[in-house]
Amino acid sequence: MSLADTDASPEVMLAFYRLLYPFKSVFNWLNHEHTPTKLFTHREFAFTLQQDVYLRYNSFNTHDDLKKQVCALNPTRFEIGPVYTARPRDKKTVRSAAFTPIKRELVFDIDMTDYDGTRTCCSAADICVRCWAFIAAAVKVLHTALEDQFGFRHILWVYSGRRGIHCWVSDEEAMELTDDQRRAVVGALTVIEGGKEMAKKVNVRLGNKGLPPSLWPASETLRLLFDPLILRDQDVFASESNWETLLQLVPDSTITEKLRDKWSNDPARTSSTKWSDLKRAIYKAYDEGSPEFIRLTNALEDIVIQYTYPRLDAEVSKHRNHLLKAPFCVHPKTGRVCVPVDPSRVDDFDPSAVPTVGGLLREINENGESGGEGTDWAKTSLKPFVDMLDRHTAGIMDDVRRSKRAAAGSDLSW
Amino acid sequence: MYNTRDRKKFVGKQDPDGAQIHSKFQYAHRLNFYDRPPLYDVTIEEFETCALDRLRVLAEIESSFARNRPWDELKTVTLAQCQKYVPLNNNTAITVDVDSQRRNDQLGHFVLRLAFCRSEELRRRFLKAETTLFRVRYDSDDRKERDGFLGSRSFDWIEVGDEEKNTYAKELQALEIKKPGEEYVREERYYKVRWTRVPDLVAKRKVLLRGGWAYVPSREQSSIIFQEFEANLARALEHTAKALPRMDEDTRLVPILNNLSQGFLAGVPSGWSSAPASGDEITAEMVDGIAKKHFPMCMRNLHESLMRDRHLKHFGRLQYGLFLKVLGLSIEEAVMFWRKAFSGLTDDKFNKEYKYNIRHSYGLEGKRANYPAKSCQQILLTDKPGPSDCHGCPYRHFAPENLQTSLLASYSSHGLTSTDLPEIMKTVKEGHYHVACTRVFEITHASKGVKKGEGVGGGESVTHPNQYTTRSRELEKSQEDAAMVVE
Repeated sequence: MSLADTDASPEVMLAFYRLLYPFKSVFNWLNHEHTPTKLFTHREFAFTLQQDVYLRYNSFNTHDDLKKQVCALNPTRFEIGPVYTARPRDKKTVRSAAFTPIKRELVFDIDMTDYDGTRTCCSAADICVRCWAFIAAAVKVLHTALEDQFGFRHILWVYSGRRGIHCWVSDEEAMELTDDQRRAVVGALTVIEGGKEMAKKVNVRLGNKGLPPSLWPASETLRLLFDPLILRDQDVFASESNWETLLQLVPDSTITEKLRDKWSNDPARTSSTKWSDLKRAIYKAYDEGSPEFIRLTNALEDIVIQYTYPRLDAEVSKHRNHLLKAPFCVHPKTGRVCVPVDPSRVDDFDPSAVPTVGGLLREINENGESGGEGTDWAKTSLKPFVDMLDRHTAGIMDDVRRSKRAAAGSDLSW
Repeated sequence: MYNTRDRKKFVGKQDPDGAQIHSKFQYAHRLNFYDRPPLYDVTIEEFETCALDRLRVLAEIESSFARNRPWDELKTVTLAQCQKYVPLNNNTAITVDVDSQRRNDQLGHFVLRLAFCRSEELRRRFLKAETTLFRVRYDSDDRKERDGFLGSRSFDWIEVGDEEKNTYAKELQALEIKKPGEEYVREERYYKVRWTRVPDLVAKRKVLLRGGWAYVPSREQSSIIFQEFEANLARALEHTAKALPRMDEDTRLVPILNNLSQGFLAGVPSGWSSAPASGDEITAEMVDGIAKKHFPMCMRNLHESLMRDRHLKHFGRLQYGLFLKVLGLSIEEAVMFWRKAFSGLTDDKFNKEYKYNIRHSYGLEGKRANYPAKSCQQILLTDKPGPSDCHGCPYRHFAPENLQTSLLASYSSHGLTSTDLPEIMKTVKEGHYHVACTRVFEITHASKGVKKGEGVGGGESVTHPNQYTTRSRELEKSQEDAAMVVE
């Protein structure tokens, strides 16, 4: 049997769920402990079936239950929702007031489509190694902010299978955030705003002041990235419509007039030269330290941010009851498995080298089945990724154990 | 009303208000966190009047929000209303019975809690109005008495020491509002709380965040207090809601409580939020014509984006779809309209992914709520457009150049010329988006006899896209009628 990489037909999916999907690891990660708690039993799972039928409010007692149902329904993918006050499958039997979401990982979704206009290599749903640099930048910026500012420690990044990345924060404090607090995190982390028709999408300063301190680390990271990514690799300002957008962001009409003439007469100028043209023009026109100079250098800083800062899909993060695709699902179009990504090595991640469902089943065919269903992933290239999730989960479990022990200790201290 | 079981719980506790310390008054402070329920007998009449009086104040606060009143105006209006119905004087007032004022304040609050804990919607609105009332009172409180009040309650914040202040001096200084250069950080006091207690400050990046702790400067301290008040009340409301079914079935109280909650719902006129009562239905074919003649800029933009791209993203569909619903597009016509507009899709995809949402917005699916059309306030403030969205208010969310081009493209056939633009752009720049929109209405309806300053009738400014369109259509109709009479 030879399988194409992109094959995600029902037969292939069923084999994948039977033999490869690491239910136990996903269960541990959601449950925070080895024995089932409400974090798992009261958790919503939603299935998308082959005929695009969508089944919501499923819940399970154990990971074996979940596996059984997944194999029975054979969905194209399934999603994970919040922990409710009651078991989601009992939704119809409890009063609607007694059925509300209470806990949920803090999640983020970054999608490459939102980067159109700042990338030139692909558009819409396509993604290549070159666009991945944007995602890598997003991961670095958000990971640092979540760790240093919000103090979160259990952050899992998962490739979405095609053109984006998901982030799951499992800290206790994160699980318990209200919708208002989630909105606040999103507000603090969202910098790119304004619709299609708004040229300047970064407005975070108060008047002529510097950036707020929460964006300093991000700005520092992105500044280093702007030259290699935007100017050289993507060559964003090559086409006229794109450099025109750049000029709209410079709040000084004498400078932009001059540059517009210069650039339209010389269409071969690269983005790097245009960027240095712009910088030189500012240094020539104003004294360093003058208010105009500060205003323009601030504008340059904003431009760097506008072209590289992470673009969050805010709606996903704002509400506890938003569903998000489970890790290790298979993207139906690409056949790729949604594997965890190590944030410290995100630059080396190559989306096109991710294990595909077809490839994994080929590996099993070559190595021979073990008989122990569901643990066959250990013999394939999926192993390092499952191990990564297990290591992540071990960290969460350590924390839970420690806080439990602390709680028990204080109870006994008579 | 609070049964004896509850009462016992409170008797055993240390009085949270610290009322006994100040023997002069039973209620030591003008401000109240309402930690203590009224544990005394009240007459049924008092029960109702105190609640009604407070309700009047809260209704005024709600309508202030609906009318987009700025904070200062809201404060003046609310204080005037408070003075009339729920007066609360400082401790220094000698001619009035401060204690009975505070007692009525407390009683009114707790009765309304009972009335408004019953549904999610009521709880949310009550919470918002009460928190606003608290803010208004806090702002207007005497400084010394306020400090006394704050001292009477533990807010669980950690004062930041000098050493830590020096570590973060650069960051803290960057967040200062005063001019930089001087050693402000050392003078300003900072309080450390978990960031989850000041989400509003976090969202606006107004505080320094380190490891989950927010460094709140003393000038933003009130944020912590308001947040605490809100969280407290939200928790209490949920508790009350759970306990309510167990409340003794008191036939005297239940009708009063029902009346109160209904009064609150009806208190604010919903105005342009529901479908027209008259048989002014429009059909899918008519939309394009009406769009060109009568739509405000936001809807023009959505309509044209839809025609151009054959698609609108979620919030665009929501904003435009609800607007059309209130304009009189029936559900059948709406499905037809969107089906035609999304001509790039297969029937299958449309039925699966979009039809449900259309029906949902007409209250035919899901929780079957009849959603109102979005007002200007909602369009301006909620669901801000992302990088590739078309919804929102063009006056606010467009770059100035694009706004000017779009205005000319859309309205030059109605009499808008480029000489009008500077005036419009000036109001936009000042942030008076509805004024700019009103001015465009006046200019484009000058031929119908609308003069400057008249707005959409009687000097009223645009507060809802449906109001704009309906008024525009009325003007056309009355002109046609007049023409017919002449003939």
